[in-house]
Amino acid sequence: MRHLLATEGLSLENAVRILDTAEEMAAVGEREIKKLPALRGRTVVNLFFEDSTRTRISFEAAAKRLSADVINFAAKGSSVSKGESLKDTAQTLEAMSADAVVIRHWASGAPHRLAESGWINAAVINAGDGTHEHPTQALLDAFTLRRHWSRLAGTPSAGGNLAGMRIAVAGDVLHSRVARSNVWLLQTLGASVTLVAPPTLLPVGVEAWPCEVSYDLDSVLDRGVDAIMMLRVQAERMQASFFPSPREYSRRWGFDDARLARLDELGLADTVILHPGPMNRGLEISSAAADSPRSTVLAQVRNGVSVRMAALYLLLSGNLHPEPAPGHRAATTSETAL
Amino acid sequence: MSTPHDTPAASYLIRGAAVLGGARTNLLLAGGRITDVGPQLSAAGATVIDAEGLVALPGMVDLHTHLREPGREDAETVETGTRAAARGGFTAVHAMANSSPVADTAGVVEQVHALGADAGWVDVRPVGAVTVGLAGKQLAELGAMADSRARVRVFSDDGMCVSDPLLMRRALEYVKAFDGVIAQHAQEPRLTEGAQMNEGKVSAVLGLAGWPAVAEESIIARDVLLAQHVGSRLHICHVSTAGSVEILRWAKARGIQVTAEVTPHHLLLTDELVRSYDPVYKVNPPLRAAEDVQALREALADGTIDVIGTDHAPHPSEAKDCEWAQAAMGMTGLETALSVVQHAMVETGLLGWADFARITSSTPARIGRLTDQGRPLEAGEPANLVLVDPSARWTVDPQAMATKGRNSPFRGTELPGAVVATFFRGQPTVLDGKLNSPLRAGGAGSI
Ligand SMILES: [Zn+2]
Repeated sequence: MRHLLATEGLSLENAVRILDTAEEMAAVGEREIKKLPALRGRTVVNLFFEDSTRTRISFEAAAKRLSADVINFAAKGSSVSKGESLKDTAQTLEAMSADAVVIRHWASGAPHRLAESGWINAAVINAGDGTHEHPTQALLDAFTLRRHWSRLAGTPSAGGNLAGMRIAVAGDVLHSRVARSNVWLLQTLGASVTLVAPPTLLPVGVEAWPCEVSYDLDSVLDRGVDAIMMLRVQAERMQASFFPSPREYSRRWGFDDARLARLDELGLADTVILHPGPMNRGLEISSAAADSPRSTVLAQVRNGVSVRMAALYLLLSGNLHPEPAPGHRAATTSETAL
Repeated sequence: MSTPHDTPAASYLIRGAAVLGGARTNLLLAGGRITDVGPQLSAAGATVIDAEGLVALPGMVDLHTHLREPGREDAETVETGTRAAARGGFTAVHAMANSSPVADTAGVVEQVHALGADAGWVDVRPVGAVTVGLAGKQLAELGAMADSRARVRVFSDDGMCVSDPLLMRRALEYVKAFDGVIAQHAQEPRLTEGAQMNEGKVSAVLGLAGWPAVAEESIIARDVLLAQHVGSRLHICHVSTAGSVEILRWAKARGIQVTAEVTPHHLLLTDELVRSYDPVYKVNPPLRAAEDVQALREALADGTIDVIGTDHAPHPSEAKDCEWAQAAMGMTGLETALSVVQHAMVETGLLGWADFARITSSTPARIGRLTDQGRPLEAGEPANLVLVDPSARWTVDPQAMATKGRNSPFRGTELPGAVVATFFRGQPTVLDGKLNSPLRAGGAGSI
């Protein structure tokens, strides 16, 4: 495995290895000297076609703790204004001898193009592409959940999985790369996942995903849930008639104070609330929920650095098992099916 | 027009060809026509072509070709596009109107027509735009294009849908005055804003905005009802879904004058290919699911779909060497159409070679009102024909194609069937599988 492009198709073996390595990296982060020499002399480029200070600084901190040289490259261009082409940018990075490229892009599939087009030899890490995937976000979520789940079980986190854990992922699934990456990864780790969203914010084809789907957040809570992941929803979606108003969205699908209280009523004392950030307080999550002891928001940020250190280290040291990229598995004509 | 290349009236004796895949026979071509057909022909002075093992078919007629000239000569020219057509076994193509300027006036269609005649590889029949600038607001001068030297009979805003129902109704009615047909690119625009690929299981996983089948089907349903209401001819471009097939079947059963085309790529490829995010698979309408492919094949076999249209859409490499969302839509198709259709329809036993001739030649010629094309291979008919080696196997190499476009989704694929020779009004435009020379005005084939 040379690139980290998606969690779809990521094997359990590699997923656990990344999470276990992240535990070791987290231990380094607790030392006085937080730096490892592992990637000394290697160059990591943060190639961002879309602004995301949070993700960029997390990758930057991860690479620096591994002693890599870091170049931040904010590329111009967007879905509306075409800037420098991905190909030209890639060839520039190749000329700079980048060992790894961390790419954030507004277009789904851009990291695949970068990895598979032959424009570049570097390892490619997807730091979020369009509405496709955000694998390191899912890995840090899984890392956070595994720590919690192991602590409840009284077992060490390393080597563990999420078997038996009930996880609800609620919000704008249609446009969420975080949701997609989490569905695949959490299922691979043994959790049972339920997506909760208005029908307009679920993709056609979701019925084939390895999860359950519900339109009703309260009934999902009532059934019992060990973790709830709230997805960011953009108020602009209202303009495209995905829902009538932010108020109505919030009442039906937001994690508000009443639902926070409901967890206590249901006796779900150990249920945690995740959010990938940045949060729309008052829309998909209330301030009380975001700031409650159940919230793992800050732990997620902290764990993000450890997980990204692990991904960079394992990819650049060749310590992950080979597995086909998702794009390669089904790339045949229809003939086999006909 | 006279050129230094004017050739004397050469004649050709084709020996041992299986006409429409039937009994072996000989064909004598002279003066641009088939002058004799029979088992015992001989002709002194004729060039003999050994066609043992080859199938003789009427020259293919494409109702849907993007030649890009005028305006996008970096992508294709009439010269390169018609070379590709000849190589693919075509003797006529309909040049779509979405050039720059748009082919929405008599002047532009006459220009394209003249470029085609000068090139001399195939008949180039310009398609006229339905609306000014393809903008969908106001009818173009359809009558002037029909009356022009280009004698336009097929009108289409292809690339864009004539989505305004009233404008579509008027267009359907108006072209009755000169026996025209409206070829609709069925795509409801609101349902496909930002759409990137077929909406379904694969788009859900890939996070690419979905292009629902209903966006095509709802327009077809509306338009067959409009065609029935005003008693007009309607042609549906590049049908791509199983649901569209059902609507067309219903419309035909009611006697509505609707014809439909399918592209070779929609007969073979599915949206699973998009998992690679390789924009060579980005096309409008999008590649659909395996069930759709199966329904399209069955519809072509049972006559619900009438013809093959290539939707040959060449693009410069930079239009595909990019992110999926940034890439242009379209695939080349002229030089692979015969092989793909042989593979998908003939080798599967769904169609024989006589049917192949119907869907690639006689019916498209009739829809386009081309009197000299799509004719039977009989004495006295124009010598527009192609010799095919059905046992050949070849691997698609876009670099070796005559089109400027390198965007073939079949690159690297092994396909059956090769065009050995193409005769365009008696002129061998292709011989021994290679481009030969075009027809020159006043030359061999003038009729
Ligand atoms: Zn079209």
